[in-house]
Amino acid sequence: MKYTPNPSSVVDEMLQTIGCSSLDDLFADIHEELKVKDRLNLSSGMGEMEVRNQLKYLAGCNIDTENYPCFLGAGAYDHYIPAALEQLLLRSEFYTAYTPYQPEISQGILQSIFEYQTMICKLTGLDVSNASMYDGGSSLAEACSLACANSKNKNKVVISDTVHPEYLDILKAYALSGHMEIVVVPGQDGHSDIDAMVKAIDNETACAVIQQPNFYGILEDPTAVEKAIHENKGMFIMSVEPLSLALLKSPAEWGADIAVGEGQSLGINLSFGGPYLGFMAANKALMRKIPGRIVGQTTDLDGKRAFVLTLQAREQHIRREKAASNICSNQALCALASSMYLSLVGDQGLKDIATRCHHLALYARQEFEKAGMELKYKQPVFNEFALKVNNPVNANRILLENGIIGGYELDDALLLAFTEKRTRAEIDQLVAVLGGIK
Amino acid sequence: MPKLIFEKHVNNSNPFTLPTCDIPLPELSETIPAQFLRNESIALPELSEVEAVRHFTELSTRAYGVDSGFYPLGSCTMKYNPKINEWAARLPGFAGLHPYQSEDTVQGALQLYYEMQEMLAEIVGMDAFSLQPAAGAHGEMTGIMMIKAYHQYRKDYKRTKIMVPDSAHGTNPATANVIGYEVIEIKSNERGLVDLEDLRTKMNDEVAGLMLTNPNTLGLFEEDIQEIAAIVHDGGGLLYYDGANLNGILGVARPGDMGFDVVHVNLHKTFSTPHGGGGPGSGPVGVKSTLIDFLPKPVVVKKGDTYGFNYNLPLSIGKVKNFYGNFGVIIKAYTYIKSLGAEGLKEAGQHAVLNANYLRHQLRDDFNIPIDRLCKHEFVLNSKKQSDYGVTTLDIAKRLIDYGYHPPTIYFPLIINEAMMIEPTETESKERLDEFVDVMKAIARESAQETEKVLNAPQNAVIKRVDEVTAARKPIVKWEAP
Amino acid sequence: MNIPENLLYTDEHEWISVDGDTGRIGITDYAQHHLGDIVFVELPEVGESFAMRDAVGVIESVKAVVSLYTPASGTILEVNEELEDSPELLNEAPYDSWIAAIKLGDKNDLNKLMNAEAYAAFCQNLED
Repeated sequence: MKYTPNPSSVVDEMLQTIGCSSLDDLFADIHEELKVKDRLNLSSGMGEMEVRNQLKYLAGCNIDTENYPCFLGAGAYDHYIPAALEQLLLRSEFYTAYTPYQPEISQGILQSIFEYQTMICKLTGLDVSNASMYDGGSSLAEACSLACANSKNKNKVVISDTVHPEYLDILKAYALSGHMEIVVVPGQDGHSDIDAMVKAIDNETACAVIQQPNFYGILEDPTAVEKAIHENKGMFIMSVEPLSLALLKSPAEWGADIAVGEGQSLGINLSFGGPYLGFMAANKALMRKIPGRIVGQTTDLDGKRAFVLTLQAREQHIRREKAASNICSNQALCALASSMYLSLVGDQGLKDIATRCHHLALYARQEFEKAGMELKYKQPVFNEFALKVNNPVNANRILLENGIIGGYELDDALLLAFTEKRTRAEIDQLVAVLGGIK
Repeated sequence: MPKLIFEKHVNNSNPFTLPTCDIPLPELSETIPAQFLRNESIALPELSEVEAVRHFTELSTRAYGVDSGFYPLGSCTMKYNPKINEWAARLPGFAGLHPYQSEDTVQGALQLYYEMQEMLAEIVGMDAFSLQPAAGAHGEMTGIMMIKAYHQYRKDYKRTKIMVPDSAHGTNPATANVIGYEVIEIKSNERGLVDLEDLRTKMNDEVAGLMLTNPNTLGLFEEDIQEIAAIVHDGGGLLYYDGANLNGILGVARPGDMGFDVVHVNLHKTFSTPHGGGGPGSGPVGVKSTLIDFLPKPVVVKKGDTYGFNYNLPLSIGKVKNFYGNFGVIIKAYTYIKSLGAEGLKEAGQHAVLNANYLRHQLRDDFNIPIDRLCKHEFVLNSKKQSDYGVTTLDIAKRLIDYGYHPPTIYFPLIINEAMMIEPTETESKERLDEFVDVMKAIARESAQETEKVLNAPQNAVIKRVDEVTAARKPIVKWEAP
Repeated sequence: MNIPENLLYTDEHEWISVDGDTGRIGITDYAQHHLGDIVFVELPEVGESFAMRDAVGVIESVKAVVSLYTPASGTILEVNEELEDSPELLNEAPYDSWIAAIKLGDKNDLNKLMNAEAYAAFCQNLED
């Protein structure tokens, strides 16, 4: 298969026009010894049917959540995606477009981003959202980096280890810059050690970070951390699950300066971990500081409402070696998917979905306890909790034999997540299988 | 003027319904303590499904993609996005995989990852690859982190600088700064290439490496690349290859053979995955054996007939992204490479260069081309000839919109005044290119004879030019209920 | 190009007017012209101290972002808060729109600056 439309006769004609005798002439500026001898060591091309079979074969080697009930969460969730969303995302004016640098020809994309920004502001309660970022973990690292860059004498990040472990790994990698000192405060009994975090915060602390719900699914009360970090003129950053915000206190209500999170729950396929959607919202004071692109509303020469990329002066293509972030893209199509999702389920629908996830988790907790099993932690949860099992790897293997994708393996427990796709029957079976092995 | 979705809200019009479920449904106030519960309303819009569908369909008609027409955006490689790739990424056996499923349940996905690592390594001449970075700039960041980790591991702490040519993309200096390096700018010579003398003068034992795009942002191949590599390596630095312009040498030459130590490739440019209106992309990073130990974790390995993750990389820089990368994008690029094969990739590179040189040749009479010689996949012209009539590059770009084209990249690279950077890609036919040439010639003519038409463009778009100054002075970045 | 006689200038296109121990700093006509439409000014905090040529603020236009470097060392006495809402004043009247007032730390700093004549020549040189 190839996608080069010019047949060799046309190629020859074009070569003649420009005064070349062969395609090789076009590479006369590359030393012969640098050229690939003969051809790359790759297989030959395939026709579309052959490629299709190869991909179908590979996809068929996997066990997927479409066909197996899935209780895995830990930062990626098996939610339902409305049929209308999948159809709309196939509009190729959206997916084959580039970044909307030319506003006159990109109003549709720009407006969709403006709507997305508004929805993220509504969910988080904050004043300004960027046009999205790579994913939850890198958004958190960018937020911490922003907090450190924003103040001259502060470079310490105080973060609870009940944050997603991969987010912590990413933050540590970003700290290779030397611009951030990461202080990880160990949690206790599944939640943040608030006292220890407060103690760790001092006047060199640029920000304090709490995840809500935390990695173990537990609800955190960050009130004291928020107070301590603000007393020290640092920023309070929350990493939040967007769907949970239909029920739970918003970052703004908790007093957060910046909210970040993983938007995959909002209509984005699991897709083995990506592409997902990092979101970032902040209070007004940070409007000109937050990384990534932002769409603003303005008017055209006729006074008509129009949208345009704005506040770009901070971006790398202008600030170059002074830029505080190198991000020059967003996850536009994923952001679009999330605003389609929120529009298709609506305000009440989002609450209903979040409530259903919560109820299913509570039902499972109750049934596990009835079956004589023990929860690892007892605190209030949203839709995820850890269940004690002797051998998590073995438990997952047996679940799989029973046609169930089990939970995330902790040392002595399975972290189980519940979405609106799960049914009572599936949960009853989960309880029966795990109850049988304990 | 289309309404915003919030302006289409109708109370109780949303039909969304959950399946029935006979479990206890306690009040939230009984199950979540009050201090955790939300008090403020969210106030998302409520619409019927058909109105929501029409809303987004209308937005799509106000956007322009590669499927809409010619998109000669320099440096962005807006090639056709094959539809089979989209089909593949949406297979339930891929789209429905949770990232934490056990390895034995995702063997097909891991095989795809593994083969992709191997194929990319062959295409750019590297020893190993990580598919984790989510975009080109993210790949750059990962690469520069590895360079830093390498020098630190060798206890070579005095290397605090990174060299970047003045023609580089803004992401290069920004990345170096973000990773904590001081940026040293290297001059271009009159041929548009790295000035070797300047490079020699600035290379010393405080320099960690050089970031280079080759072909560079003028579309020119850095002919002295072996000497450049020798200068940097002899000084103890490493060479970073920005893969933004890989399409210009695809299948013909490999960065690894030129002496580069670390490379990022843009799957959304060279390997045909769609740009999505700004993302998601994917920016895998490849390294020579010297840097393998520093790759982000995990990497996918083959053990006998099975595939698995290797997390046991004690010197790894850690992670730059959750999970393993933008798998959905990687599937599309894999499908593309399998479709084209070795010969097809080379032909893509050759035709990309042919198309660029053809356009350059056909436009040289009407437009000034500051460096008018053999180019690779793109070239830069400017509006010098039109400036006599008060016409700028921006005006020409806007006039192209009236003719139904997406304008080329403008005002980049910075070292060319009033630059317009044109990259046709290999997926355009001669007929398309000829049409574009005719339109550009018409705009050149209009610039001289009907100047107002060009200065007031676009007239045929859904809006006129926008007031960017007010947008930035008094930012409105979200909708507020009236 | 307007270059008032009574001011001193830096090669980064800042001006300073001196009255006793107090200096007022701003950007020149040349600077505003090359920046284009200025959209935002980030001001220093009153009471902050700076060495000569330290960055004390940031000026953003649609196409550029530049730091504002203080022409002389000292402590910020006052900032022109009007610029926060009306950054366009820097385009409209660059010499009337001072950005910050500074208590001069070391008057010798002023000897290192250009007078109007020298600055005019400096700008002319840049244009050629």
